[in-house]
Amino acid sequence: MNAAQPIAARPALSIEHIAVHFGGLVAIADMNFVVNEGEVVSLIGPNGAGKTTAFNIITGFLRPSQGEVRYRGTPLTHLKPHQVAELGLVRTFQRTSVFQSVSVFENVMIGLHRRGRSRLWDTLLALPRERESENDLRAKAHEILEFVGIERRANELAGSLAYGEQRLLGVALALAAEPSMLLLDEPVSGMNATETARFMQLLGRLRKLGVTILLVEHDMPMVMGVSDRIVVLNYGRIIAEGPPAAIQGNPEVIRAYLGQGARKRAGD
Amino acid sequence: MTRLFPWVALAVFASIPLWLHDPYLLNAFITTGIFIIAAMSLNLLLGYTGQLSLGHVAFFGIGAYTSALTSLGFDVELIGGLRVVHEPWPVWTGLVLGTLVAGLCGYIVGKLSFRVRGAYFVIVTISFAEVVRLVALNWVELTQGPLALTSIPPMTLGLPGLGYFDFYSKQSYFYLVLAIVVISYVIIRRLVYSRVGRAMVALKENESLAVSVGIDVTRYLVLAAVVSAGIAGAAGSLYAHYLKIIDPDVFLFLYTITMVIMVITGGKGTLAGPIVGGLIFGFIPVVARSFAAPEVQWILYGLFMILIVFVLPQGIVPAVENLFTARSKAEFPASPKAKIQDAP
Repeated sequence: MNAAQPIAARPALSIEHIAVHFGGLVAIADMNFVVNEGEVVSLIGPNGAGKTTAFNIITGFLRPSQGEVRYRGTPLTHLKPHQVAELGLVRTFQRTSVFQSVSVFENVMIGLHRRGRSRLWDTLLALPRERESENDLRAKAHEILEFVGIERRANELAGSLAYGEQRLLGVALALAAEPSMLLLDEPVSGMNATETARFMQLLGRLRKLGVTILLVEHDMPMVMGVSDRIVVLNYGRIIAEGPPAAIQGNPEVIRAYLGQGARKRAGD
Repeated sequence: MTRLFPWVALAVFASIPLWLHDPYLLNAFITTGIFIIAAMSLNLLLGYTGQLSLGHVAFFGIGAYTSALTSLGFDVELIGGLRVVHEPWPVWTGLVLGTLVAGLCGYIVGKLSFRVRGAYFVIVTISFAEVVRLVALNWVELTQGPLALTSIPPMTLGLPGLGYFDFYSKQSYFYLVLAIVVISYVIIRRLVYSRVGRAMVALKENESLAVSVGIDVTRYLVLAAVVSAGIAGAAGSLYAHYLKIIDPDVFLFLYTITMVIMVITGGKGTLAGPIVGGLIFGFIPVVARSFAAPEVQWILYGLFMILIVFVLPQGIVPAVENLFTARSKAEFPASPKAKIQDAP
């Protein structure tokens, strides 16, 4: 996490002509968009529009049928998920985003894996480097828990945390992997208003650290509040892209997504 | 208190040959100790990476045969008239080679099954064990097949010019087995309490999440398989030089099951689990023998196993640990939240 200021329009992540077909079903058709360094971009759209599929493509969990994803110039589509993470591109998951039966602290220690410097021989022979590395990791783990605000829960089982805190731990886990870019998959779903507000503050602090963020989220006030730009997906296609104000007024977006939600609410 | 416990246990075990002179009981301790080593190795895979190797006896048997053949020597003709002659080597090299060859087989099995998890991993390991058993049974020129490898020399330690020490007596063999138990324990303990162990637990808990933070799970699964197989191979080597005779029956599925029972009842994913489970199920036949007919012995064995799994599904060691932590926390009851673990 380097303290870097957002730099004007330098592309970090670029999605180039990505398409995904599951059999005959087109999950994503010719997707193109760019996330610049230091930017917060949101990916929104109705359920089934291809948002999580896009996440899976970017992070190497799924291979696209065509197209290429580049992060800081490196093509990603042939990398394994752990190799993508090594490039500094780290994601969170919609549901199970923590290791349930391990303590909160151990969760973050697992996340810090990449930062450990000890080799296998250091571990087996208990050489000084093993202890140094472990002490460093422990200090960092406390730092990260403090940053996210769940330091008090360090010794509890991750599975026993309240839902909102589990989501925060999921972010702590991702932060431990030292991301230069974070992909958050519905991070505030299931959170109450206070928790969401706290989460937005956390995003603000991450952004100050220079972490680029790509967000998938259904909570529109939050999306509108934190995003620099919004990309709207519908049926695997990008139907709009632009700053929040422009998206809110875009008739096609209202018809496909924003308005649809309003209609649903009225129908209930 | 808990820090001292392994040292106290070690002191107690080390004192056994000093006051126990009954050769039958000493023999029971030695064979149980050998199986405890194998169970500890299985626990590394099953308890920490979550992968059940139901062919674990293959590594045990490979260690036994490699070690025996290294110390006995062999003369075989391979395909194309190529003849391989091996002169007998010092016995301790058999222990080293048995460990290494078993570890290499662990690497191959780990690599072969790098994409398969759960049930498929189990099938790969069972198949591997069966193939190895058939090789041992049918490659008569090398293994004597069902006629067994006999007159395997006892374990000796030493170098030319420095003198030799042989482990012929039961007392000395007990200490050899104890030493290997301790070495295996230390290796496993160090791995488990390091980033390697955390990576293994992450793989067991949630593989997708583990790779998402940059853990190369395949690498750690293979590493666990290599270390686990190597330790099982060392146990096999100890077994061969203790019994001084081995036949393809060392690959019996029953032995794998014995190891699994020891790990599960003792508590998988705990360091002491396989030792506690191993002692219990190593000594049930010994104790039951004094008052029960052979058939009844096995019924007792089965009943005891079902009882433990039923009453303490996590195993004995985690149950005892929970008892202790519950007592120390009695003044500060855990928050009610802690109990609703499966809340959506």
